[in-house]
Amino acid sequence: MKSWNNKAWFLVLPVLLLVAFSAIIPLMTVVNYSVQDSFGNNEFYWVGLEWFKEVLESERFHNALMRNLLFSAIILLIEIPLGIAIALAMPRRGWGVSVCLVLMALPLLIPWNVVGTIWQVFARVDIGLLGYTLTQLGFDYNYTQDVVDAWITLIVMDVWHWTSLVVLLCYSGLVSIPQAYYQAARIDGASRWAVFRYIQLPKMRRVLVIAVLLRFMDSFMIYTEPFVVTGGGPGNATTFLSIDLVQMAIGQFDLGPAAAMSLIYFLIILLVSWVFYTVMTQQDADSAPGRGQP
Amino acid sequence: MDLSWMAWTTPTAIFFAVILCLILSMCVWEWISPGGQPRRGILRFETTRGDRLFVTLLGSAFINLAWLALVGPNLWWALAVCIVFGVLVFVFV
Repeated sequence: MKSWNNKAWFLVLPVLLLVAFSAIIPLMTVVNYSVQDSFGNNEFYWVGLEWFKEVLESERFHNALMRNLLFSAIILLIEIPLGIAIALAMPRRGWGVSVCLVLMALPLLIPWNVVGTIWQVFARVDIGLLGYTLTQLGFDYNYTQDVVDAWITLIVMDVWHWTSLVVLLCYSGLVSIPQAYYQAARIDGASRWAVFRYIQLPKMRRVLVIAVLLRFMDSFMIYTEPFVVTGGGPGNATTFLSIDLVQMAIGQFDLGPAAAMSLIYFLIILLVSWVFYTVMTQQDADSAPGRGQP
Repeated sequence: MDLSWMAWTTPTAIFFAVILCLILSMCVWEWISPGGQPRRGILRFETTRGDRLFVTLLGSAFINLAWLALVGPNLWWALAVCIVFGVLVFVFV
């Protein structure tokens, strides 16, 4: 049996202290706020679970949650296959590799608020290249007034911004596949699809899980880009949970309901993260040498 | 040190104290009877004692939220369900 040296846990103590100050203490404060009402001046009144009940029964919360889930689902359905396809099409050697990698990395280097501003201007029908061109081509496009246009704009913006991450992760998985696998496939006369299905996809599995996890978490917590581009509109059509939360906490100064909502939001993210983490570590455990042998 | 900005209340202090006690008791349990090796339960994935505590706490949070949304604000029965859930997780997962 493998022995464990638990003294190594002492090395984690500095990180634990850092996390305590940056995450645990603020989280405790949020829990305290979630069961009280405040009218400012650091005065609080006990309300029990009222805010949680209010949030759970709130149509506003349900709608924002549904919008978030829909947005994340669309993002994953587009970015993951597209990222795989681009990674497969990228060159594996020669000068083209550096060019492609730099081009792919560029969108990732742009700050969120700048991306939002770029697309806010780019999609405007009066001065934006995209908006103006679409209007001239006869499309009735206006992301500030039409719900579908607003959603399409946000989705295209997110795809433009973050598909590169999926591409880079998939590419790193692809280049790590030994040439012997491809040689064996060639000897067996495997088709292009068979090579992808039985060699490349299994070898990319771990990075794909990371990509799905990162893209789900990030799209589920998206705030800056839709806030800059649509401001949550038209109406509440692009008001995601994070935007709703900020409006509630800072706009309306409803600290109690905002704290309750943020805790529910946190629990959903924690649950999904745990599921992904479990799937990821389970794959490692299943593929470990000796697994399944008597 | 003035901690009034954290707006502590007795119930929330008890809540965090219980979680801290759970974590400390897990440490003591592990120290007295080491058994933290991963095992496979009915869900067919490996868990340690710490994982099972995490699943219990996370599941309990959702049980309480569901109870609050579907039944009402009296959560004592939800607590009983959580304890049963915790025992089942520690035995079977």
